[in-house]
Amino acid sequence: MNLRNPLANAHNHGAAGDGVGHWWAQRFSAILLVFLTSWVVYALVSIVGASHAAASAWLAQPVNAAMGILFIVTSIYHGKLGLQVVIEDYVHNRAVEVALQLVVKIAALAGALLAVIAILKLAFGA
Amino acid sequence: MVTDNRPLSPHIQVYRPQLTSVLSISHRISGIVLNFGTIVVVAWLLALASGPEAYDAMIGVLSSPLALVLLAAWTFALMYHLLNGIRHLFWDAGWLLDLRGAYASGWAVVTLAVVLTAVIWGVAL
Repeated sequence: MNLRNPLANAHNHGAAGDGVGHWWAQRFSAILLVFLTSWVVYALVSIVGASHAAASAWLAQPVNAAMGILFIVTSIYHGKLGLQVVIEDYVHNRAVEVALQLVVKIAALAGALLAVIAILKLAFGA
Repeated sequence: MVTDNRPLSPHIQVYRPQLTSVLSISHRISGIVLNFGTIVVVAWLLALASGPEAYDAMIGVLSSPLALVLLAAWTFALMYHLLNGIRHLFWDAGWLLDLRGAYASGWAVVTLAVVLTAVIWGVAL
């Protein structure tokens, strides 16, 4: 889905090339996270003190596994967008900035992969 | 051209802190804190998927007094960022942008974040 103004698309140059897309992505993930975070708080509170068997059985249920994956992927994506802006704003050494951006991207990708694999492993009962 | 020593605005060290500016930077700080919380959530998921021994070890670490304090701070950061994020979405829609709206919603966010954190830990413990 592309929500940019058609003229902006035709010109294809905003302030930084893709600032509007970043802005929209941050808001969309934020709105999604309002609901997902409410679910996670409910989930964590009901899972506190549970044994390994009970906790993994709970997360293995299809709806919980799906919500869990949606939550962790959306939070990591939203967090990556936020950290990106913080680094852009406060790190004025170009080399350090690029290095940090790279670290954030790799960490986000690795974290999302690990979390999704962990949840799928539980969901498929391995 | 030397670009490292250019004067930057605003000069926050000579500004008196206000609710609006403090909540604004708190939104960023809580967002950074939440990324570290996400690392813990991923570690918890990995422990859960690794089996009972790994999970019990993880729960042991998370039950230490220091971890409980950090988890409480994480809960507050999460509630604050969630509520203040909703405040930002209202602003994006053009609402609450006057002084009264900004201050009233600011205090509401702080109060609700404290209340929700207390309620969550009250239910969880």
